[in-house]
Amino acid sequence: MSEIVDNNPLDLTGTRISVQKPEVRYDVQGEMPDEERVRIAMRSFVKDFGAHSAIYMESCIHCGMCAEACHYYVQTGDPKYTPIWKLELFKQAYKREAGPFAFVYRLFDLKSAVTAQQLQQWQELIYDSCTMCGRCTMICPMGIDIAALVSQARHAMFEAGLVPHELWAVAERAEREGSPLGATASTFADRCEWMADEHEVEVPVDKERADVLVTISSIEIMKYPNTIADFAKVLNHMGVDWTFRTDGYEATNFGLLSGNAAWQKDMSMKMIKAAIACGAKTLILPECGHAYGALRWQGANLYGKPLPFEVLHISEYLARGIKEGKIRLRQWPESVTFHDPCQVSRRGGATAAPREVMRALGVKLTEMGEPGLNWCCGGGGGVVTIHRADELRYKTFELKMKQVEATKAEHLVSSCSNCRQTFDDGQAHFQWDKTMESLLEIVAANLINT
Amino acid sequence: MDLIDFARGPALQWSLALFIFGIAWRLIGVLLLHRKVDHSLPRHQDTTMGGVRLIFSRMWPKPEFRQSNAVHYALSYTFHIGLFIVIFLFRPHMLFIRDLTGLSWPTLPSGFVYVIGAMTLATLVAMLVRRMSHPVLKMISNFDDYFSWAVTALPVATGLLAVSHLGARYETLLALHILSVCLLLVWFPFGKLMHATLFVISRGTTGALFERKGAST
Ligand code: HEM
Ligand code: HEM
Ligand code: SF4
Ligand code: SF4
Repeated sequence: MSEIVDNNPLDLTGTRISVQKPEVRYDVQGEMPDEERVRIAMRSFVKDFGAHSAIYMESCIHCGMCAEACHYYVQTGDPKYTPIWKLELFKQAYKREAGPFAFVYRLFDLKSAVTAQQLQQWQELIYDSCTMCGRCTMICPMGIDIAALVSQARHAMFEAGLVPHELWAVAERAEREGSPLGATASTFADRCEWMADEHEVEVPVDKERADVLVTISSIEIMKYPNTIADFAKVLNHMGVDWTFRTDGYEATNFGLLSGNAAWQKDMSMKMIKAAIACGAKTLILPECGHAYGALRWQGANLYGKPLPFEVLHISEYLARGIKEGKIRLRQWPESVTFHDPCQVSRRGGATAAPREVMRALGVKLTEMGEPGLNWCCGGGGGVVTIHRADELRYKTFELKMKQVEATKAEHLVSSCSNCRQTFDDGQAHFQWDKTMESLLEIVAANLINT
Repeated sequence: MDLIDFARGPALQWSLALFIFGIAWRLIGVLLLHRKVDHSLPRHQDTTMGGVRLIFSRMWPKPEFRQSNAVHYALSYTFHIGLFIVIFLFRPHMLFIRDLTGLSWPTLPSGFVYVIGAMTLATLVAMLVRRMSHPVLKMISNFDDYFSWAVTALPVATGLLAVSHLGARYETLLALHILSVCLLLVWFPFGKLMHATLFVISRGTTGALFERKGAST
């Protein structure tokens, strides 16, 4: 596999940063016979199959309504993008191995075995064409959380060595170097110093004790480094005792996105340990969607007990600071629409916070439909890293552009750097006149410092 | 033993027993599965109401989705309400359940029920046509979908045949009607017809899980 690693130069110059487009695709990892791959995939899908997933697997009535919620189906009309169809192979595994009638299925050899070829076909459905945005969960009359099942299917695909090349490569790099995009600890420390100089702001790094540990996304470190200064400006303004730590700064979790549970845990544990090491009471997650799902909702379960500190998305921290009077803002009475990052709002529950921040800024907000339900940008779930998915991604992005345009708002604001690079990339592709702006950046630019 | 006696007697008894046992087995099967403890700090402590809320709120699509699923909901509601009326608000059916359980309630005029029955059958046919022609439905449908459709449609069809004395003697038709009901009862726990009970559990699960996170439902 090392040759795959050597063949993965990073592309840090494009609008979307990832590994470079591979000349030869390696979408299969590891050497093993096909039957072995299938066996591992099916086994690991049903392994520790929780009650929730089992209930979902039992409940589908094949009504097909979920298709209408999924941007891939809506934009292509191709039935293979029907959300529940993405789990078809895994449903067979469940019925045969784990369901209440599994013995009947096995006895009569019902539910024919899945083939390796099918699994490879499904790679596109499980990775390239699902951002795990969870809109389908909102439409399903049985209330099935299809997005959670896709996440579970990714575990199976990872163990069977069936991950799209670039996603696998960035995940592997993240596990090895501590960052998917080359933002190693020393690079991060350098960038903090650079930003401190450039913006004449104090950026504490590696303080031994601090009340607040701030984490960041590699996308921000490499592509939007001003975020470092924005964090510093806001937290210094609030008079908070805070720090970045080079032993736990990276909030993205490509272990989660690619489906490697062990790597996911490693990545989360770095931040958890760093927060404990400096005695932090609060850990702030950056503007990153899946980082929120990974640590806020899954972190404690990987840790094995409740975390000894609270975990907040930066938008929640800002909202709290405003409420407590610790953040004083100039008015910014612009016409704005807000893009809800799926994992923070719809699936994470932090939907009110950014709106409270915008209210304090005095913006004129036009919603894109029901708050928390808007179309996904199309780049989540690691999809933006997968080059062969680009064309499909641009198709789904058109839907997003239309939704944004319909609000007639002048500014497009959001709170996720992965959405941001997807918007940047889509903007360049379509020569769109809208640039997504970061909520943190807007707040940092409108502080009243006395 | 006449066919009708067989149908009314052992056939119905056995299928009712399988119906009840099968439902219990399947429900217990999913309910007894290991539930992991969630250590994350909940946004909302009390999640029960979230579950209950979704059980009811998902009866109806969100405004966002209303247009795209309008046909689906119209057909589905017509069929389910029709089926309910036919099963429970038809006097002979009520009498049958009264004999079994002692419960009784007011019913609708037979003529009206026949019209509803015909409409229910027509809706079922429309749903089948849709399932066989809509690209998504055609692709995701399996044996369960078609078989469940058939065992649901048969009692409605044979019931209508019996009361209109079409094709054979009333007793024979009635016997067939009852046998078709037996088939429905036997199949019910094993296929997707279980959605009539599972919807409470699956919606409730998601409702409670999402309430815990404060996520959108
Ligand atoms: C309160 C209980 C019930 C609820 C909430 C419910 C809900 C639903 C929903 C949401 C659908 C999908 C809609 C669609 O495909 O258009 C559906 C389909 C269906 N239901 Fe029910 N249902 C209930 C009871 C029943 C019962 C008792 C039966 C039959 C004995 C039944 C038979 C069917 C059939 C055959 C379909 C599939 C139609 C098709 O698409 O081919 N349902 N139900
Ligand atoms: C338009 C539709 C239907 C019509 C016109 C109809 C008509 C009838 C009639 C006339 C009887 C005879 C009652 C008697 O003489 O004791 C009967 C019995 C029965 N029907 Fe239906 N039926 C219809 C649909 C259904 C459906 C959908 C079900 C169940 C899912 C059902 C379940 C039964 C049962 C359990 C009996 C009891 C038989 C007995 O008396 O032992 N019917 N039906
Ligand atoms: S989670 Fe989003 S992308 Fe994935 S199937 Fe559902 S609607 Fe489609
Ligand atoms: S909407 Fe829900 S019940 Fe209907 S096909 Fe999709 S997953 Fe199954």
